[in-house]
Amino acid sequence: MEIVAKDCLAPRIVRLVVKAPRIAAKAQPGHFVVVRLNDRAERIPLTIADFDRAAGTITLIIQEVGKSTAMINAMEPGQSFADVLGPLGTPYPIEKVGTVVGVAGGLGAAPLYPKVKALYEAGNRVIVILGAQRRELLILMEELRAVSHELIVATDDGSYGEHGLVTVPLRRVLEREKVDEVIAIGPVPMMDACCRITRELNVKTVVSLNAVMVDGTGMCGGCRVTVGGQSKFCCVDGPAFDGLQVDFAELRQRQRYYNAQEREAYQAHQHGMEGCRCRAK
Amino acid sequence: MPRQVMPKQDPAERSRNFGEVALGFTPEQAAAEAARCLNCKKRFCVQGCPVEVDIPDFIQLLKAGDPAGAAAKIKEKNSLPAICGRVCPQESQCEKECILAKKGEPIAIGGLERFVADYAAEQAGGTVRPAKALPYRAAIIGAGPAGLTAAADLALQGFDVTIFESLHEAGGVLQYGIPQFRLPKEIVGREVEYIKQLGVKLETSVLVGQTVTVPELLEQGFQTIFIGTGAGLPYFLNVPGENLNGVYSANEFLTRVNLMKAYRFPEYDTPVRIGERVAVVGGGNVAMDAARTSLRLGAKAVYIVYRRSEEELPARYEEIENAKEEGIIFRLLTNPVRIIGDEQGVVQALECIRMELGEPDRSGRRRPVAVPGSEFQFPVDSVIVAIGQGPNPVLLRNTTGLQLNERGYIQADPETLATSIPGVFAGGDIVTGAATVIAAMGAGKKAARRMVEYCKQKYPNG
Ligand SMILES: Cc1cc2nc3c(=O)[nH]c(=O)nc-3n(C[C@H](O)[C@H](O)[C@H](O)COP(=O)(O)OP(=O)(O)OC[C@H]3O[C@@H](n4cnc5c(N)ncnc54)[C@H](O)[C@@H]3O)c2cc1C
Ligand SMILES: Cc1cc2nc3c(=O)[nH]c(=O)nc-3n(C[C@H](O)[C@H](O)[C@H](O)COP(=O)(O)OP(=O)(O)OC[C@H]3O[C@@H](n4cnc5c(N)ncnc54)[C@H](O)[C@@H]3O)c2cc1C
Ligand code: SF4
Ligand code: SF4
Ligand code: FES
Ligand SMILES: [Mg+2]
Repeated sequence: MEIVAKDCLAPRIVRLVVKAPRIAAKAQPGHFVVVRLNDRAERIPLTIADFDRAAGTITLIIQEVGKSTAMINAMEPGQSFADVLGPLGTPYPIEKVGTVVGVAGGLGAAPLYPKVKALYEAGNRVIVILGAQRRELLILMEELRAVSHELIVATDDGSYGEHGLVTVPLRRVLEREKVDEVIAIGPVPMMDACCRITRELNVKTVVSLNAVMVDGTGMCGGCRVTVGGQSKFCCVDGPAFDGLQVDFAELRQRQRYYNAQEREAYQAHQHGMEGCRCRAK
Repeated sequence: MPRQVMPKQDPAERSRNFGEVALGFTPEQAAAEAARCLNCKKRFCVQGCPVEVDIPDFIQLLKAGDPAGAAAKIKEKNSLPAICGRVCPQESQCEKECILAKKGEPIAIGGLERFVADYAAEQAGGTVRPAKALPYRAAIIGAGPAGLTAAADLALQGFDVTIFESLHEAGGVLQYGIPQFRLPKEIVGREVEYIKQLGVKLETSVLVGQTVTVPELLEQGFQTIFIGTGAGLPYFLNVPGENLNGVYSANEFLTRVNLMKAYRFPEYDTPVRIGERVAVVGGGNVAMDAARTSLRLGAKAVYIVYRRSEEELPARYEEIENAKEEGIIFRLLTNPVRIIGDEQGVVQALECIRMELGEPDRSGRRRPVAVPGSEFQFPVDSVIVAIGQGPNPVLLRNTTGLQLNERGYIQADPETLATSIPGVFAGGDIVTGAATVIAAMGAGKKAARRMVEYCKQKYPNG
């Protein structure tokens, strides 16, 4: 599966266009892939951030957070993944529901984009709230602007847009007008915080969960998440779930189980490695 | 002459390495064992083999000093002999029916099969030539023993065969489930390579039902399809604490270690973390494999927690013996009721209740009943759940018109293995539920025969 194009969206955030005709033919918003870089690599899940059926390509947006993502982001066009499996997961239902607010935290913009694009094209009124720690980490701003009726941007440090967390404009919008559905995608604490507000205001909320996965096909059960008191397999039952029912505390703990080993692998790898040029930014 | 005993690695040593436990017969042992075979007229042993290996014939060839001929003889019926020689439950199949079993000393058929297959592999490659090409294309879904066998047999008949496998390696449970120390992955790779040499195309990382669907494959010109997707869905206990960190399904644990090679972390990128004390829940082969793998990863104490008594342990006797020799601790008549975690959400202890055997249940085994008030806890760092698997729903839910039985497995005609979709056949664990390698292979073989008949009848002119 060859990489045909690459660009850096932000420091340590890379966009890859990958040749994968079979996957492109089937991809829907909400789908993801599981990739393996080489023969020693682990299998990791990545959202299909966009797809082009005619060109037979899918777009991945990857943030370097550890060894696997560092190695992937250091790849250049012409190089290939050992394996790309997909499309995986249950597609996000695209319907005309009325007004939808999409909230993205950091890299969450990547999975959010195909969903709001489809919802926008399906005739919904779409409001997007895009947040990041600081200005350079805002990604897909223009793409999201193009598929929304209103775009609100917030940064934690105030270097762009509103100063503060996405939850502030979220509450404001929900108190301002009737919203039929909220989609919140980003780090677990951010999704958790959004759901606290929507639960209080009783607004349907969908989140996309990023449990630790192995196969991505329902075979290992490692991606278990608790939703409404029931155990679900994130890779086949999700990754989108009713945010008001998700046990976020459990998900956060499960994401951390391998942190010591992950740090060890990352450090050993960084030793003497250059990585993608965008890291320097 | 007594039955030859296969040499094994010393328990103390082997429980700390991933090298093969059973070392295989020496040439002298193989000769001595072959010499014991009576070459019976009534071939009882063959009747015990689900794929009907010509056991007396291959043993005679071996006896006559022609191991290569013996290997070719086996391969007429069995495309995966080095695997079957290692993991078949021979004691309840071919060796059970051997005439010498009455005296308690059946021929070590599995050991001889393994010897012959390993010998042949060391010599120059196979010479099997597929029949002349037929104008038929078959798609095989799943590269486990069922799918690999169906593929090999169809290729031998002259079909153009493509296997679609969702994982990145072929082999199914042979690859991700059965550990290296019982079935080295090099051997699985070698047998898969042989099947490719027969002209079978292997497409990995294709999840049928998602990447492509069964109706689409039919539209794309595959006249017939075999579904051999196995029973890969792990069951859990449904007790409190089951989503704590450190609770693994046997599938996840074994996949991390075998397929992803986590035992060689950080050389390989996939981590696994079990700590020092491991409880494995269940009493079958899968539980034994998980327990023995835990030891090899460095666990200090590994428990098998099983709700019935020793007599009911469903694992092969040999595997239970191996586990005991290596120091696995059996906590029988014990059933988990709760898993307890620390403030990081990591497993800390397992709470169990003691069981007693009551009246026999439908399976004829005495039903375990909890002893009220007998709960107790013991400290563990991880819990591996090995209580069985079910059918994976991904393909099933995306294939309209495919009839399932009341247990959720594919409904296939017992004689023809035909499913409710014309041209689509199914076999192995996805039809029977979790069974054995050789039963899955037998199903692949049977289906292949029917698929040939089906194509010749339905498309006489190709
Ligand atoms: C459905 C889904 C879609 C995702 N989409 C994207 C995406 O589009 N872009 C992107 O950059 N990231 C995405 N992720 C997260 C991405 O998979 C992880 O960042 C990546 O696996 C980290 O690997 P690493 O070796 O670089 O980091 P590590 O140092 O190994 O881990 C860093 C953190 O990443 C998480 N992680 C580690 N291994 C896995 C794993 N096997 N599966 C899931 N999470 C893991 C853990 O929380 C861990 O603490 C997605 C995750 C899921 C579940
Ligand atoms: C740990 C363990 C130890 C065992 N030990 C023994 C033993 O010692 N002796 C013995 O005889 N039996 C043993 N068994 C049982 C035996 O392995 C199985 O009965 C046998 O492998 C079943 O073969 P199968 O071909 O039906 O399915 P599997 O081996 O499960 O293979 C199915 C294949 O299909 C693939 N697949 C699934 N869904 C899809 C899809 N939608 N699209 C594409 N591909 C798909 C899977 O990835 C897999 O590769 C053991 C099982 C386990 C789990
Ligand atoms: S395939 Fe299995 S059952 Fe058949 S002869 Fe070989 S070991 Fe025995
Ligand atoms: S039944 Fe036993 S002794 Fe007789 S041919 Fe078969 S293996 Fe040999
Ligand atoms: S990742 Fe294995 S079941 Fe979901
Ligand atoms: Mg990693």
